[in-house]
Amino acid sequence: MQTVDLAKTPLRDLNQDLHRQSEGSNEKAWEVLNPMGFHAVAVGIDAPIDVNIRGNVGYYCAGMNKQATVTVHGSAGPGVAENMMSGKVRITGDASQYAGATGRGGLLVIEGNASSRCGVSMKGIDIVVKGNIGHMSAFMAQSGHLVVLGDAGDALGDSIYEAKLFVRGKVKSLGADCIEKEMRPEHHEALAKLLENAGVKGVKTSEFKRYGSARKLYNFNIDNADAY
Amino acid sequence: MSYHNPPTTPRKSSTFDDYTLSEIRRAAQTGIYDIRGGGAKRKVPHFDDLLFLGASISRYPLEGYRERCSTGVTLGTRFAKKPIELKIPITIAGMSFGALSAHAKEALGRGASIAGTSTTTGDGGMTPEERGQSKTLIYQYLPSRYGMNPDDLRRADAIEVVVGQGAKPGGGGMLLGQKISDRVAEMRNLPKGIDQRSACRHPDWTGPDDLEIKIQEIREITDWQKPIYVKIGGTRPYYDVALAVKAGADVVVLDGMQGGTAATQEVFIEHVGLPTMACIRPAVQALQDLGMHRKVQLIVSGGIRNGADVAKALALGADAVAIGIAALVALGDNDPSHEKEYRQLGTTAGSYDDWHEGKDPAGITTQDPELMSRFDPVKGGRRLANYLKVMTLEVQTIARACGHNHIHNLEPEDLCALTVEAAAMARVPLAGTTWIPGVGGGGL
Repeated sequence: MQTVDLAKTPLRDLNQDLHRQSEGSNEKAWEVLNPMGFHAVAVGIDAPIDVNIRGNVGYYCAGMNKQATVTVHGSAGPGVAENMMSGKVRITGDASQYAGATGRGGLLVIEGNASSRCGVSMKGIDIVVKGNIGHMSAFMAQSGHLVVLGDAGDALGDSIYEAKLFVRGKVKSLGADCIEKEMRPEHHEALAKLLENAGVKGVKTSEFKRYGSARKLYNFNIDNADAY
Repeated sequence: MSYHNPPTTPRKSSTFDDYTLSEIRRAAQTGIYDIRGGGAKRKVPHFDDLLFLGASISRYPLEGYRERCSTGVTLGTRFAKKPIELKIPITIAGMSFGALSAHAKEALGRGASIAGTSTTTGDGGMTPEERGQSKTLIYQYLPSRYGMNPDDLRRADAIEVVVGQGAKPGGGGMLLGQKISDRVAEMRNLPKGIDQRSACRHPDWTGPDDLEIKIQEIREITDWQKPIYVKIGGTRPYYDVALAVKAGADVVVLDGMQGGTAATQEVFIEHVGLPTMACIRPAVQALQDLGMHRKVQLIVSGGIRNGADVAKALALGADAVAIGIAALVALGDNDPSHEKEYRQLGTTAGSYDDWHEGKDPAGITTQDPELMSRFDPVKGGRRLANYLKVMTLEVQTIARACGHNHIHNLEPEDLCALTVEAAAMARVPLAGTTWIPGVGGGGL
C-alpha cells in the first residue's frame, strides 16, 4: 500500500503520483493522511485504484474522477466528485454544496447529509445520499439518478431535464417543471440496484417517490414566462 | 385669392424610428423578445475614433519590409509549465460546435494553424475536427460544462474559464431546438430538438475566492502544465481584471459589447456592457497597479476588424486580440454571393444575424447537412489564413511607422483621439491638444 502524508508531502506531488497510475498499475491501494481540508485532493485520477483519505477534505475532492474508488473518511467541502466520469466516490460524513455537480458517470455515495445544489447540472452520474439534501438540488439536472433517503429542500429539480430523482422523505417544494411521477416496475428495479451498489440495506423501494421533468419548458413558450 | 397652407415634409420621429416601430410590431405579433446572433450593432465609440501619430523628427520610423518588426506573443507565462507561443497577436475567439458546423470549426483550425495562432472551443465541447486541425487549441470551461471531460482538458493547449462575454455579460445561452442535431444532442447529453439553455453562472463556484480554488483544481488535474485564461465580459474591467489576477489567471480575456454571440436577446446585446475601447485602459490600469502588466497577458476582443484595430488595442496595453465575427466573415458568412437566399430569409447580406435558426445559406452557422455541405473547410481555412496575414502586415506597417521593432512596443503615446468621448475612454489626448478628459491637462 502507498501511504502519503499531506502534512509532509505537497498536494501537487500526491496528485501527480496518482495521475501516473494506469490500467495495469501495481500500486492499487493508496492511503492519504492528514488531508486537513485541502482543496483538490485526488483530482483527475484515471486508473482503477483505491484511494482512502483519512480526514476531512476541502473543495473538489475527486473532481473529474475516472475509474478510481475514492473514499473520504470524514466530510467533504463543496463540489466533491464534480464532473466525475466513472468510478466510485464515498463520503462517510457530510458533503457541502454542489456535490456531484455536472457528473457524467460513476457513483457518488454520501453517508451523511448533502448541502444545497446537490447534483446540480448532473449529466449521467448516480448520487445516493443517506441523509438530507439542501435547496436547489438537481437544478438543470440532465441525466443520471439522485437518490435521497432523507428529505429534500426547496425547489428540488428546478428546470430539470431527463434525470430521475427518488426521495424517501419529504420534499419541501419542487422547482419549475419538476413533478412527481409514477413509480413503474423499471424504476423500482433501477432504484433497487442503486441502493445495492451504494451499500444501503433494509430500505424498500416502495418507500420512495419519483420526481422528474414535466417537459413543459423544453421549448420556449411566452405563455410559460411566469415559470422562468 | 384663396389661402393655402404650404405643405410640410413628412417627418419621422428620431425616437420612434423605423427600426423601433418594426420592433414594437414584431413584439406585439409574436409575444417574444427578439433573439439574434452577433454583437452590438448600435454605433459606439470605437477604434475608428483613434489615430496613430506616426514618426517624424521626434521619432524615426523603421523601413517597411526591410527592418524587422516582430509579431510573436507568448501567453501564460505566470504559472504554466507550457506557455502558448503564437506567431501573431490575433487569436480566434471561442465559438461552439453547435452554433457553428463541424466544417466551420475545422476551417477555423486550418486557417489559424497556417497563420500561427490559436482557436478556441465553445459551449459544446471539443470536436475531433477542431483538435485535429488546430495546432494550438484553447478549451473553454463554461458554466454549462457541455462535453467537459478530463481527457479533452489534457488534450488542450490552454484552458479558458469563461465567466462572461461582451455580448451578454451576466447572461447564459440558448441553443434553439432546430440546431440540435443527433451529434450536438449527444455531445451535450440532452434530448434532440429541445431548446438548450446554458447557465449564466458556474454550477460549482461563486465569487473570486471560489474561482481561485477552481483554478487550483484545474491546475492540479492538468499537472500545472496548461495556461489558464479567465474570460470576462466588459462591465467593470478594473475590478474584474484585478479579481481574475488574484484568482490566479495566467491570461485575462476581455470581451467588449461589440463581441458576438451565437444567440441571445437583442435587448441584452444592445443595452448591457461596455464598448471594447472603454474596457482596455481600466484593465491595463488594474494589471499595472498589481505589477502584473505583461506578466498576466491581456487578450482583448469585440469588434476587431483590421490591422489598425489590432494595433490600437495593443497600443492601449493589450498583449493580443481575439476575433470572432470577422473570422466568420472571412470564412464566407454574410457573403453577397448568397444574396438571393438572404432575401428569402427576410434580410440581406451583411445583416443576417439569425444564426440560431440554423438556416445560414453560407453553411457556417448551421447543422443542416445540405447547407453544411456548401462550405469547403479547406478553402475557408485558406481565406481565414489570408485575412489573418493581411491584418498582421497592417499591424507591422503601423508599428514600423511609429518606430517600433516589436508590435508590443506600441504605446498610448502613439495615439490621439478624434472625439472627446474616445479621448476619455482611451485616455489619449484629443487630436491637436494635450487634453485627456478625466485625466487633466489642457491647452495645446
